[in-house]
Amino acid sequence: MTELDIDVPQLITKICEQLKQKPMFNQSPKMIGIRTGGEWVAQKIHQQLDLSDELGVIDIAFYRDDFSKIGLNPTVKPSHIPWDIDNQHIILVDDVLYTGRTTRAALNEIFDYGRPASVTLVALLDRKGCRELPFQADIVGESLECSQTIKLTGPEPLKVTILEQSEETA
Amino acid sequence: MSAKLAGPNIQLNELGKLKHFLTLEGLKAHHLTEILDTAESFINPVTNEIKKVPILRGKSIMNLFFEPSTRTRTTFEIAEKRLSADVESLDIQTSATKKGESLLDTLWNLQAMQADMFVIRHSESGAAHFFSQHVAPHVHVMNAGDGQHAHPTQAMLDMFTIRKHKGDIFDLTVAIVGDVLHSRVVRSQIQALSILEAREIRVIGPKTLMPESPEAMGVHVYHNMEEGLKDVDVVIMVRLQNERMTSALIPSEKEFFKLYGLTEERLALAKPDAIVMHPGPINRGVEIDSAVADGPQSVILEQVTYGIAVRMAVMSIIMSNAAQLAQHKLEQEQQASLDLIEYNVQTGDTL
Repeated sequence: MTELDIDVPQLITKICEQLKQKPMFNQSPKMIGIRTGGEWVAQKIHQQLDLSDELGVIDIAFYRDDFSKIGLNPTVKPSHIPWDIDNQHIILVDDVLYTGRTTRAALNEIFDYGRPASVTLVALLDRKGCRELPFQADIVGESLECSQTIKLTGPEPLKVTILEQSEETA
Repeated sequence: MSAKLAGPNIQLNELGKLKHFLTLEGLKAHHLTEILDTAESFINPVTNEIKKVPILRGKSIMNLFFEPSTRTRTTFEIAEKRLSADVESLDIQTSATKKGESLLDTLWNLQAMQADMFVIRHSESGAAHFFSQHVAPHVHVMNAGDGQHAHPTQAMLDMFTIRKHKGDIFDLTVAIVGDVLHSRVVRSQIQALSILEAREIRVIGPKTLMPESPEAMGVHVYHNMEEGLKDVDVVIMVRLQNERMTSALIPSEKEFFKLYGLTEERLALAKPDAIVMHPGPINRGVEIDSAVADGPQSVILEQVTYGIAVRMAVMSIIMSNAAQLAQHKLEQEQQASLDLIEYNVQTGDTL
């Protein structure tokens, strides 16, 4: 097993630059982070972009599609969206895009709050090749192979380590 | 106040988690805290609104109200719908039991219609326990009030309301005023406050509306309103249960208000930031003065709103526990199967 630390500030800057190129960026977009890792990443992006509206946070525990199998996450906390969703351009931020099921749950939850004008999906890391639902991020910090697993710690310092199995142990 | 009902642990599953919600008796602080914490997540902190979630989609919940109720029944229905369950409310008073069908036959017929959960209100103490003993293993029962025994969701929404205003139950002095004798709500409130370790629980009322040994419940008893209200953090007024009184236990409602009614003058004896609660329906001019019921310290309407979140929490926890138990059993079976394979490998037997 090998461990590789990635440069999070560099990826955050790269994401911010790409977001600024999007047409919706000039229409006062609002940002939502998916708890827990996505919230940490969103805090960094939100700060760097200096968005005027407060950061929203959603907890997708009540929207998971495996509730009937594993029940409720005991650490579920209230979602906090301090503004109207209707007709807003939303930047949805997650730490890792993997199977796509978290994105599905997050979109369902957002639409229970209202009908946004658009949703732009940002993922700090994209584990390609393991998608189970047809979701792709609009902006990705870095793409990884499915076999690479990630350890995220935060919020301060926000640190990402990629754990890669060597051929001998794979 | 009715006798203790046997076997409260019937409401816990093999993992010690809630399977039914019948009473607070026998539950631990972590059970109650889990309900309060989960209810918190159903309230939008900005708007105080409770939004719809898909967690019980495909589940069927039947509300069986053998006793009239508006507030409790409505908040249960709203809670179920906000969890996306399929909801049926049955007016049992005009149904099969009136035609001679036994309660159990009614229950089993409803169960055969694929019910996953029954919410039951009944005038007889122990009715919810009785139902829980006869339902299929995958069916859950919630008590929406049984006789003079228990009303656990009401007590939990009261705890939630207190916590929202006071931060914690611990270290609070709470006064419960009125008809302690007949009230299932009071019984459940006292249990909840004890489990959550309130500093002091006071009950205030005439001797005729007190059970035989109220001190046995761990409360301090006052027959004088002015003395009992001194420096309390929370005042919970309770409705006079006229329908449960078998004889005249108070001279008149006017006399009761004179001695035990909550007026602005009396409320001034409590702490300045004390909150006033009432499980409803309120009798203005009998238990509480309108100036207090509608005053700045009243949180009576908040109790109703929070009742939805708390009932959503209990139902989602029960269904979550069922899912976790099923998963636990599946993993145990898989492990047993692996153990068997390993054993056969070791012994060289063929499977």
